[in-house]
This record gives sequence, C-alpha cells and structure tokens, in this order.
Amino acid sequence: MKLNLRVWRQQSHESPGGFGDYTLSDVSEDSSFLEMLDILNEELIEKGEEPVAFDHDCREGICGMCSLIINGNAHGPETATTVCQLHMRHFSDGDTITIEPWRARAFPVIKDLIVDRTAFDNIVQAGGFITARTGSAPDANEIPIPKPIADKAMDAAACIGCGACVAACPNGAAMLFTSAKCSQLNMLPQGQGEKDNRVLKMVAAMDDNGFGNCTNYGECQAVCPKEITLDFIAKMNRDYATAKIHKFFGAAS
Amino acid sequence: MSDVPKVVIPSLAKKYLMAGSGLVLVLFVLGHMLGNLQFFLGPEVINAYAYHLHHLPGHPVTLWIIRLILLTCLVVHVWMAVLLTIENKHARGNDSYAQKHSNVASYAARTMPVTGVVLLLFIILHILQFTTRVVPEDYNATIGEAPIEVAHVQIEFFDVFAMMVKGFSDPLFAGIYIIAVGLLCMHLSHGVSSMFQSIGWRNEIWRKRLHCIALLYGWVVFLGFAAIPFSVLAFGHGKEYLADKEAQWAAAPAVTTEISH
Repeated sequence: MKLNLRVWRQQSHESPGGFGDYTLSDVSEDSSFLEMLDILNEELIEKGEEPVAFDHDCREGICGMCSLIINGNAHGPETATTVCQLHMRHFSDGDTITIEPWRARAFPVIKDLIVDRTAFDNIVQAGGFITARTGSAPDANEIPIPKPIADKAMDAAACIGCGACVAACPNGAAMLFTSAKCSQLNMLPQGQGEKDNRVLKMVAAMDDNGFGNCTNYGECQAVCPKEITLDFIAKMNRDYATAKIHKFFGAAS
Repeated sequence: MSDVPKVVIPSLAKKYLMAGSGLVLVLFVLGHMLGNLQFFLGPEVINAYAYHLHHLPGHPVTLWIIRLILLTCLVVHVWMAVLLTIENKHARGNDSYAQKHSNVASYAARTMPVTGVVLLLFIILHILQFTTRVVPEDYNATIGEAPIEVAHVQIEFFDVFAMMVKGFSDPLFAGIYIIAVGLLCMHLSHGVSSMFQSIGWRNEIWRKRLHCIALLYGWVVFLGFAAIPFSVLAFGHGKEYLADKEAQWAAAPAVTTEISH
C-alpha cells in the first residue's frame, strides 16, 4: 500500500506544532498501525531526520498507552479497538491519513503525538483505591458478590485509562474515565468503606485538573476501546448526589 | 496546573442545577402549551382561563411567586449554560483538531448553546409582546376587553383571544414564533433526555427510550404551540372576531376606554 501521512510534529508543550507530510510507498496491509509508524520512523532515521514520537507499550490492547487521533477518530475508525490493534487493511491504497495527538487542556503535548496524562493519575490517587487489608490472596467466594454486580464492576474495571474519552469529548471532560475508576470499587463490598469520599474526592480532582463538564453528548462511549458505557457516568452522578446528602447529615463513608 | 481557572461550583452540581431548572421549565412549557390550545375552544374559554390565571387563590401573590420561581429557574439555567460553555471551551484547549469526526453527538446536542441564546431572546420578545404588552398605544385599545362568565356573573376582562389573533396576524411575528418553537423542539429533544442522565436516572436501555420520549415531547410542544399562529395565518382563525372588535372600536372608541376592571 502507498500511504500519505499528515503527522502532528511538536518539539515540546511550549513550542508551536504543525503537520509534517510523509509518504510511505510499500506498507503491508497486515501490519498494525503502530508497525506502520515504526516503518516511517526507520525511514526517517535512515534519512537522518528526527523520528515521530508516539506512545506505545504492550501492543496487545491492554496497557492504554497508545493514543492517536486518526482521521478525526480517537483510536482510528474501528470500534472497540486500540490503535495497536488497528490494522492497515482498514485503509485503502493511496489514502491520506491524518494523525494527531489527544488534544485537551488537561493533556499537554510532551512531544509530537505523546501527551502528558498525569491528570488521570491525579484522579486515581484522589480515591481510586481501598484501604482494606490486602495481604495474601483471599479464598475465592469468601466475600459473596452477586454475579451481575461482579460483571458490572468488571465492565468498569476494563478501563485502560488511555484517555480517548477526553480526546473525543467536545468538552474535554473526563467523566467516563472517572466514573469507571470510581464505579469499579463503589459497586463492590470491598469498596464500601470509602464510597462517599471516593466519589467526592475523585470528582473534585477531575475538576481541579482542568477537565471540562459533561453535557451528555456520548462521544466518549463511542470511541472507548473497552466499550465502557454512559451507565457508569449515570451511576457516578447518583453516587455523588447520595454522598453529598450523606455528608450533609454528617454520615459520609 | 496554573492556567486552569479555579472551579467554584463542582461539575456535577452544575449538572444537577441544569437538570433541575430544566425540568421546571420543561413542565412549564407543557402547561403553557395546554393553556394556549384553549384558543381553539373560542374566546370565552381562553379569556376565562386567562382571568383565572390572574386570579388564582391568594391573588395576586400566588402568580408573582410562580413567576419568581420560573425566573429563578431561567436565571439558574442560563447561568449554568454560560459556565459550562466557557469552562468547556477552556478545557478543550487552544489547539483544535485539524480533523474531528463526530460519532454520536446529535445536532441538537451540539447546538444547545445556540438554540439556548435564541430562545432567551425570544422569551424576552414574547414577554414584551404578550405579557407586559409593550406595543403601540392603539394596539391594546383595539383589542380591548371581552365579556366572560365567572361564577355565573358576567364581567369584562382583557381579550386574550383577540390579542393572540392580532399578534399572529402579522406574518413576521408569527414566523418568528414558529421558528422559535421549532428551536424549542430541538432544545427539548436533547434536554429532556439529558436531564435524566445528569441526575443518574438513565441506563443503556432507557437511553434509547428517553431519546424517543424527548423527541416526541419536543414535537408535541412544537405542534401544540405552532398550531395557533398557523391556523391564524393559513385559515384566518379568529380574523372575523377581531374585525368585529376593530369595527366596534372604530365606531365608539370612547366606550371601550371607559370600561375598566
């Protein structure tokens, strides 16, 4: 395949960025999108140019590092797919592909296509943990958890924290991420100890880190590679209201 | 980060306020529409309805309390909308996408701030035209009063029916009105579903249902409101009644001004 690439190049957060145009003449349609970028970088290095910086790690769709806007879609055109799991067979010979980093105030560009997602860490640090004794692995079914609850909590826990939800949100809101990280613990018995304070603190951290407000567009759910639904945002909205009421009466967990 | 403005109201609290104030306004709009539809039952019915609205138990305090509640909801709704728009634009950042594909966000959802501003301007125009009646002097005089029966007593009260016919006889105002209620339909088709999500009363099954309900609600409100100017313009509904009133006024202008409540 012959491909024309428009890739966002930016030296640092402070310096202004712009698009670089590149042409790859022979890309296998069996290669993944990141392998295609590897080929580009090898060609750039051979020519003595600076390679394109992009985030990647596991390349099997579970680490949440890859983070590219491809032709205006977070993680590219396929649903429920991370960039690393996207293959070039979904593109056509002669296509022009525009590649941009996540763009949001809370995710400043570090270089080229790499953004700083520390803001997500700050949200998790605010309440995405439990204080119960962990110790060695407990016996299975020691704490009874109904199957539907366990399933739903697992759906939330599938969040890999890639940030596609923020990148796709017209408001730059982090509601889908925060609600997933909040709900995976709030639904389980082990998470009850800090339930109220968890949601209050995580929402406060979300606001403090410069994310926008949710206006229920649903764009986050559409691009989420782990198919996390707006149900968790609704749950967080409920939990937050309940926590506020508990706090008002001085009985917040 | 230093360049981020301090958030004074938590993001979720803003959503609750938006949803709560929206709910009151959504219900008001339906009530207002049902009230207006009495236009088709004739001058006596809608004029009596107007009289009763202005003479609710506890008159005149009750009506002012209702007005105050509605105004408060409107102010909160607009205030939250302004905050959301400014903060979200800031959160999006300075660099915009060269290419951005919108997957599911509806046209109605994306244009909420635009339809909101137009509706706010329309509400101001609407109140000036029909509530405070800041209109030319003889405009009110030709409308005058009409007899209604309240508790088996004939009394004279402001002729709302004639006011509506006269207002909607002007194609410009009728056009503005129909366009405005059309935008209201769009605004509601996102808002009525969205408010359930904001307070957490929505899931994947009910999301689709509520989208349909919201769209239906929007259309019902649109058709209910637009039917009146449409019938006046297209079928001349009430035009004869208004012509009679204007002829009466032209014949004896002094008499109409003498009648007072």
